Amino acid sequence: MRNPRTFLLALLVAAHWAAAAPAWAQEAAPAAEDPVLEKRMMKIAEVLRCLVCQNQTIADSRADLALDLRQQVREQLKAGRSEQQIIDYMVARYGDFVLYNPPVKSTTWLLWFGPFALLGVGLGVLYIKLRNRGRRTDASLTEAERARAESLLAGDERRDEA
Amino acid sequence: MKRFLLPLAVFLVLVVFLAIGLRLNPHEVPSPLIGKPAPAFRVPTLAEPGKTIGRDDLVGKVWLLNVWASWCVSCREEHPLLVDLSKRGLVPIYGLNYKDAREDAQRWLREMGDPYVASAYDREGRVGIDYGVYGVPETFVIDQAGVIRYKHIGPVTPAALESKILPLIRELDAKS
Repeated sequence: MRNPRTFLLALLVAAHWAAAAPAWAQEAAPAAEDPVLEKRMMKIAEVLRCLVCQNQTIADSRADLALDLRQQVREQLKAGRSEQQIIDYMVARYGDFVLYNPPVKSTTWLLWFGPFALLGVGLGVLYIKLRNRGRRTDASLTEAERARAESLLAGDERRDEA
Repeated sequence: MKRFLLPLAVFLVLVVFLAIGLRLNPHEVPSPLIGKPAPAFRVPTLAEPGKTIGRDDLVGKVWLLNVWASWCVSCREEHPLLVDLSKRGLVPIYGLNYKDAREDAQRWLREMGDPYVASAYDREGRVGIDYGVYGVPETFVIDQAGVIRYKHIGPVTPAALESKILPLIRELDAKS
């Protein structure tokens, strides 16, 4: 600490850390309070989509809404509601989109079975193509064709005019 | 030439699907609450902590529920439109002040104008969760029977107001 300014900066950083520590402690408190509950809550949160950052689950996201919804799950678990009841509660408010695993129903058939249908179509096309190719190799030459092929091989006729 | 027709057709179908996909807004998640009774709530009003407001106070008329907050940038964008709408007297607008500090919200209304008959003060965002709010602003059209008829996600635009919200309100008003 040669420089008094560096010292001051270090002091400020230390003060900041000291001030921030209680805030962290507060945030972590619910987990310490009841690890079993927290584990159950996270298990449910992992199947729910955060609607603010849509590619994250409520368990992953740090969005305000995700924090609130995790708190909701926590409270409802404490109140003795089952996992399914809590998931139904979320679906009633945010729709099927809140589920990371979309349910199989008529509106999601295309989503669930579309890729398999496409795969089937692809296999079908492949089968037809391969069968046709097989047939073509079977084709034998007519007498005239054979005679022309022989003369070509013998060099009597030149295909290349240039 | 004929052998190119099928790949071309497949390509065109793909282009159409991608074009539709580009126009969809993934942030507009359809609400399952449309056609369902608006969730009940009872919370203090923003203006007076001692007074409460709830859904049941508003049954019997068509009303708008606008979810807003002083920290919400898009709310600032739509606010003049709401102030203007309130002056036209076509429909009462009620606010749901979402996860806000009371003083900030009150100051915001003093500065920007207050289009709301009253604002419900949802400090913890619990009413918001019941209404499936996942962003601010959102606006609900609720009919005489207390059923949610429409939800607008994001700031209300003049186009959305004239083409969707006002026609719906006129239609609902005509029924009573």
